[in-house]
Amino acid sequence: MESRKNPSETLDEIRSLMERSSRFISLSGLSGVVAGLFAIIGATLVYIYLDMTPFDGKRLYYVEAIHSTKWGMNYITFFLLDVAFILIGAITGGIFFTTRKAKQKGQKIWDALSQRLLINLFVPLATGGIFCLGLFYHGFFGFLAPTTLVFYGLALVNASKYTLNDIRNLGYCEIILGLLSLFFLGYGLEVWVVGFGILHIIYGSLMYWKYERT
Amino acid sequence: MKKILAILESTKLDNRVRLGIMSVLVVNDWVEFKRLKETLELSDGNLASHLKVLEREKYIEIKKQFVGRKPQTTYQVTALGRTAFENHLNALEALIKRKDG
Repeated sequence: MESRKNPSETLDEIRSLMERSSRFISLSGLSGVVAGLFAIIGATLVYIYLDMTPFDGKRLYYVEAIHSTKWGMNYITFFLLDVAFILIGAITGGIFFTTRKAKQKGQKIWDALSQRLLINLFVPLATGGIFCLGLFYHGFFGFLAPTTLVFYGLALVNASKYTLNDIRNLGYCEIILGLLSLFFLGYGLEVWVVGFGILHIIYGSLMYWKYERT
Repeated sequence: MKKILAILESTKLDNRVRLGIMSVLVVNDWVEFKRLKETLELSDGNLASHLKVLEREKYIEIKKQFVGRKPQTTYQVTALGRTAFENHLNALEALIKRKDG
C-alpha cells in the first residue's frame, strides 16, 4: 500500500507526527530574545533611576530607592511602571513571534498542547511568585533575586517536557545562577540581568539558529 | 527481504492513516476523536473506519463518556498495539538498511 513507496519518508512522517502531537514546538527563539532585551532595558532604567552603576560596591537597592524622586516619581510608582513595561514587552513579543511560528508550522496556538505547556510552566512559577511575596512581606529583599531565578529555572525544567527539549538546559542555567547568587547576596540586579536578560538572548538566538533559520 | 515485507503486512499498519493514528497514540494518553482528526487532517468517516480496524486488531482501547451533555470518545494504545507499532518501525528501518547496503 501507500506506505511502502518510501520507508524513510514514512519514518520521517511518523517522527514528525509524534513530535507535533505531543509537544508544543512553535515556541520561537525570537520570543526569548525580545524578553531578554526588555529585561535589560528595564534593569538599565533601574540603574539610571537610582544613579547607580552595575557592581556598585554592593549598595542596597532598596535603601537607595526610598530616597529617590527622579522623574517626579517615588520608587513604588517607578518600580511598578518598570515591571509592567518589562512584562508587557516580553509577553507581547512572545505571543507575536510564537503565533508567527505556529502559523508557519501549521500548529495551533491555543490547544491541548499549549495549555499543558502553560500549566506546567505556571505551577512552579506561581508558587515562586507567592513565595517571593512572602519574602517581601517579611523584609527579606536580598533573597528575591535568587528565589525568582531558582523557581523560574524549575518552571522551565518542568515545562521542557512539553515543548522543545532545549528549554531544559536554559532551566538548569537559571537554577545554577540562582543558587550561586544565594551565596553572594547583594548583586540581585546584576544576577537578574544575566538570568533574565543575557541568558534569554543567548538561548533565544541559539534556538532561532537551530530551528528557524531557513 | 520477504521476511521484512511479511512483517510490514502482518502488523496491519501498512497504511498511512493507521500508522499516523498509532504515531499519535503512542506518545499521548487518551486522545479525543476530534484531536486525532485535526492532527491527522482526516474526514470523520475516513478516521472512523481506520479506528475500527485498529480496534478489531485490539491495538487500541476506546472510552466513551459524557462531558456535560456532549458524548466524547477517546482512544488509547494497548500493549499489543505498542508492540505491533514497534515491530513495524523496526521492519521499516531494516528495509532502509537493506536499500542503503
